[in-house]
Amino acid sequence: MNARLVMAAGLAAALAVPYLVRSDFWLGFLITVLLFAVMGMAWNILGGYAGQFSFGHAAFFGTGAYAAAVLHIGFGLNPWLGLAVAALAGGLVALVIGYLSFRYGLRGSYFALITLAFAEVLRILANWAEFTGGGVGLYVPLKVGIANLQFSGKTGYYYVALGFAVLSLAVGWALEHSRLGAQLMAIRENEDAAQALGVDTFACKLKAIALSGALTGIGGGFYTHYYLYIDPGIAYGPGVSVEILLVPIIGGLGTVFGPLLGSAVLHGAGELARRLMGDAPGLNLIFYGVLLIVMVRFMPEGLMGLVWRLRHRWRRVADA
Amino acid sequence: MLDPIILLPAAINGLTMGAVYALVALGLTLIYGVLHIINFAHGSLLMVGLYGAFFLHRAGLDPYLALVVMVPALFFTGYALQWSVIGKASHGSDQNILLVTLGASIVIENLALYFFSADTRTIDTPYSFEMIDLGVALVPLPRVIAFAAALVLAAVLWFLIARTDLGRAIRAVAKERQGARLVGIDVDHIFAMSFGIGTACLGAAACLLLPMFYVSPHVGHVFVLVAFTVVVLGGMGSFSGALIGGLLIGVTESLGGLLLGESLGQMGIFLIFIATLMFRPSGLFGSRLS
Repeated sequence: MNARLVMAAGLAAALAVPYLVRSDFWLGFLITVLLFAVMGMAWNILGGYAGQFSFGHAAFFGTGAYAAAVLHIGFGLNPWLGLAVAALAGGLVALVIGYLSFRYGLRGSYFALITLAFAEVLRILANWAEFTGGGVGLYVPLKVGIANLQFSGKTGYYYVALGFAVLSLAVGWALEHSRLGAQLMAIRENEDAAQALGVDTFACKLKAIALSGALTGIGGGFYTHYYLYIDPGIAYGPGVSVEILLVPIIGGLGTVFGPLLGSAVLHGAGELARRLMGDAPGLNLIFYGVLLIVMVRFMPEGLMGLVWRLRHRWRRVADA
Repeated sequence: MLDPIILLPAAINGLTMGAVYALVALGLTLIYGVLHIINFAHGSLLMVGLYGAFFLHRAGLDPYLALVVMVPALFFTGYALQWSVIGKASHGSDQNILLVTLGASIVIENLALYFFSADTRTIDTPYSFEMIDLGVALVPLPRVIAFAAALVLAAVLWFLIARTDLGRAIRAVAKERQGARLVGIDVDHIFAMSFGIGTACLGAAACLLLPMFYVSPHVGHVFVLVAFTVVVLGGMGSFSGALIGGLLIGVTESLGGLLLGESLGQMGIFLIFIATLMFRPSGLFGSRLS
């Protein structure tokens, strides 16, 4: 009951934010946090729950981004429908990559490497193909209107991002309480044992990667319509893959609220670095890298692990 | 288009570029063979080596003479990195090592970006554009030197691993960590030694590469996936495999660029990488330092 109350209060606060935060800069910051919370949850489904670390989520992000851009610019598809198509496209690419990788039993580092290679192949293709605009990229024409998923201020984008963040939390919660979630966690802990117990590991991992790809694809589609621009480096470059995987690792692998927490802390730290040391290129990335090493070294359970430990201690104090 | 007059020089050019890939991959395959980890920081450590050689050249030292400085310098860098950061943070899990080396590469690359800016730098040496006539093709002198050096380095590594006490200890740790510990081998030290030697190879690669290439904070990206491809193709932990794999990849890239155009040519490398991982993950000459 207590947890529900906290969640309701959190949601109410999140809904009220645009009325309290008048600065476009901070709304933009929150949109980034929410966008990466969504994609961090996507990575978390595959990496956190199922234990399959992908280094190439850009493959799903970029495909979603390009699906939204190409269908909207070339065929006049409604952007809201475009987001659904972006999810489908991301999920489909994920299914293909997952099928090829899991079918041949790639695990651990090998899986990480092959996903990275797939993302690179897609980057080269996007650079080469004509319908993606090649290296120049694609510009989404400006045409403000709710039906067109374009808003004059940041508030509209904020609510859309918030909606997807809530959806991602719901997906995470549902997964954690589902049979599939339990099977994925069994695969993470010991794949051979899970298989011996009758878990169809191949099918489960495929479901996980497809779900992960679809959610990341939505993120990509939203990115396109938010920034109104996409190019191969943004879409399929290693930068986005890394940023996506950092989020749940910092927040806490295999937890529902880890990605949201991780995204807030990651981007907050990046912003803090910019404030403290000036807007030099790569500065926030230095912080990201240090944060990644420090988290793996000292807090492998992520910030959620810390939250749990504190809560545990607090309860013991309260009981005494 | 398939005229041998075009194909042969392209193939030879590819072979010499492949030698550079082999140089980079030799260190990576050693690190994989012993530690069974995928070192994502390999490309950025190469970048460190290139900057080192670049600034030594600015101070008046020829890149080939800079070998004497860069090889030990990168050995100590690698030793320290494994000893103080990677080994400590890994908690014995492969995926953690993957993440830590990824984090290290992000930090190193962006520190370089912060201090050296994104400028692409090159050096001028009297021999940069000197050509060697091989009968069928003209090849720049630095590439011929790199080719020879790759063969020498592979032989040196093989000798080190197969014929010395250190090599015996490294092989023991690669095969059976617990057993090696029980017979009195300092496993952490051997891990750091292997990482150091693998990184020292990058010091050599950097000095040989600089006269014919450029240096920028992101130069590692050019090599890191290619080096992984070479290592996987040649069989992780196999020196001869890395050598042959590097040459194969160089030729593939060169001929792929010729037949498909510059932008699609690179894709051949990644497709080989994906196909090898799927169908023959042990590589063409799969062996693990045995």
